[in-house]
Amino acid sequence: MAARTFTINDQLISAREGETILQAAREHGIFIPTLCYLDGVSAVGACRLCLVEIEGSRVLRPACVTPVVEEMVVRTDTGRLREYRRMIVELLFAERNHVCAVCVANGHCELQDLAIAVGMDHVRFDYAFPRCDVDISHPLFGIDHNRCVLCTRCVRVCDEVEGVHTWDVAGRGADARVITDMRQPWGEARSCTSCGKCVLACPTGAIFRRGATVGEMERDRNKIAYIVAAREQRW
Amino acid sequence: MGRLRLATIWLGGCSGCHMSFLDLDEWLFELAQHIDLVYSPLADVKEYPERVDVALVEGAVANEDHLHLIRQVRERTRVLVAFGDCAVTGNVTALRNPLGAPEALLHTIYVERVGTAGCMPHAPGILPPLIDRVQPVHKIVPVDVYLPGCPPPAPRIRALLEQIIAGGEIRLTGREMIKFG
Ligand code: SF4
Ligand code: SF4
Ligand code: SF4
Ligand code: FES
Repeated sequence: MAARTFTINDQLISAREGETILQAAREHGIFIPTLCYLDGVSAVGACRLCLVEIEGSRVLRPACVTPVVEEMVVRTDTGRLREYRRMIVELLFAERNHVCAVCVANGHCELQDLAIAVGMDHVRFDYAFPRCDVDISHPLFGIDHNRCVLCTRCVRVCDEVEGVHTWDVAGRGADARVITDMRQPWGEARSCTSCGKCVLACPTGAIFRRGATVGEMERDRNKIAYIVAAREQRW
Repeated sequence: MGRLRLATIWLGGCSGCHMSFLDLDEWLFELAQHIDLVYSPLADVKEYPERVDVALVEGAVANEDHLHLIRQVRERTRVLVAFGDCAVTGNVTALRNPLGAPEALLHTIYVERVGTAGCMPHAPGILPPLIDRVQPVHKIVPVDVYLPGCPPPAPRIRALLEQIIAGGEIRLTGREMIKFG
C-alpha cells in the first residue's frame, strides 16, 4: 500500500493510504479528542470534537472521517480549536441533565474526561434542564436519557456488529432521543438479543447494567474492536 | 499581604462542601495563620460583613434568601469562589428543575405522596419561597473562581487556598482540580 507523508503540528508523519488523520495521529501518539468515534464501528463525524485545521482549507475538518492527503499540513491544537472544543463539551453538558455525583459512570465517563481535557471548570451556556426518561424495562440493562449525548455508538454497534439494529434515533433537535425498535420500551423490543454490545459502547452513563450504582459502571470499550478483529481473522 | 478576610457561605447544598473544608484537618491551623474567618455557618456572625477578600460559596441558588445573600456577598467580596458542584452547575440541588414549577412539585411531595395527612409547607418569614428554577451561582452574579467536585476533596480545596494566599493568578487544571462529581 502506498504511503502518505504529511505533517501534524510541525511533525512529519507517514500514514498508510486511506488512513484518516485521526488514525495516523493516534499511531504517532498525538492526542485528538473524540466522542462519537469508536474503534470497530464506522465513523460518522457527528460530535465535531475531533475538528482540526488544515492549511489552505477555510473550513475545519473532523479528523475521524478525513483521509490523509500527501503533503497535507494539519494543526490539532490551536487556540481556535481549543475554544470550539470547550464550547462543544459545554453544550453537551447544557443540553441534558448531567449530575456526575449521582451517575453510574462517575469516574469512568468519556464526557467527564473530555471536560477535564478541555479545561471546563464551568458551563457558560444556560442549562436546558430537559425532562428525560429512564427506561429500565429491559431485565439486564437500562437507558437514562438524561446522560445521552446522541453519539449513536449504540446504534452503530447494534447494527454493524450485532447485526440487529434495535437502536435508532427519533425526533429532531432538542427532542431527539435514541429509541429501541419502534420507540417501544427496551424490554419490549423483540429484536434485542441482550448481547450487551451497546452497554460496552456507550461513552457516558446513559446505557448501564441494571444494579450498577454511583460510579460502578465500568466498561471496556476496546472490546468492540476486539470482537470485530477476532471475527475478521476467522472469516 | 496582610491577613485575608475569608468567608464561607451555605446556599442550596448539603453542607458536604463545608465538611470537606473541615477535612483539611491540621492544615486548618496553618490556614488560621493567614486568614480571619469573618462569616461562615461555622462561626456565629449574623450579618455578611463589608470588605471580604475571599468567599467560598457552597450550594446553588434555590430560594429568595439565597438570592438576597448571594447579591450581598458579591457586592462585599473581592474573590467569589463557586465552591463545589452545586454552586458550579446546580448539581443535585437542581434535580428538581426538569420537574417543573416548585408549587406543583411541593404539592406532589407534601400532599399527594403522603396521603391525606399532608399539607403544604407554609411558614412566612421562616421558610423562604423557592425560586422557579435552581441556578448555578454564576447565573445570578459574576463568579471569579470555579472549584468543581461533589464535594471538592480537601487537597483540592487546599491547593486553591494556597494559590489564593500566594496571591498570583489562579489556575486550576487537570483531573485533580476540575473533575466534576
Ligand atoms: S454521563 Fe458522564 S458527564 Fe454525564 S453525569 Fe454521568 S459521569 Fe457526569
Ligand atoms: S443488547 Fe445487543 S442487541 Fe440489544 S440493543 Fe444492545 S447491542 Fe443491540
Ligand atoms: S445511549 Fe450512549 S451510545 Fe447511545 S447515543 Fe446515547 S450516549 Fe451514545
Ligand atoms: S470523533 Fe470525529 S466527529 Fe466525533
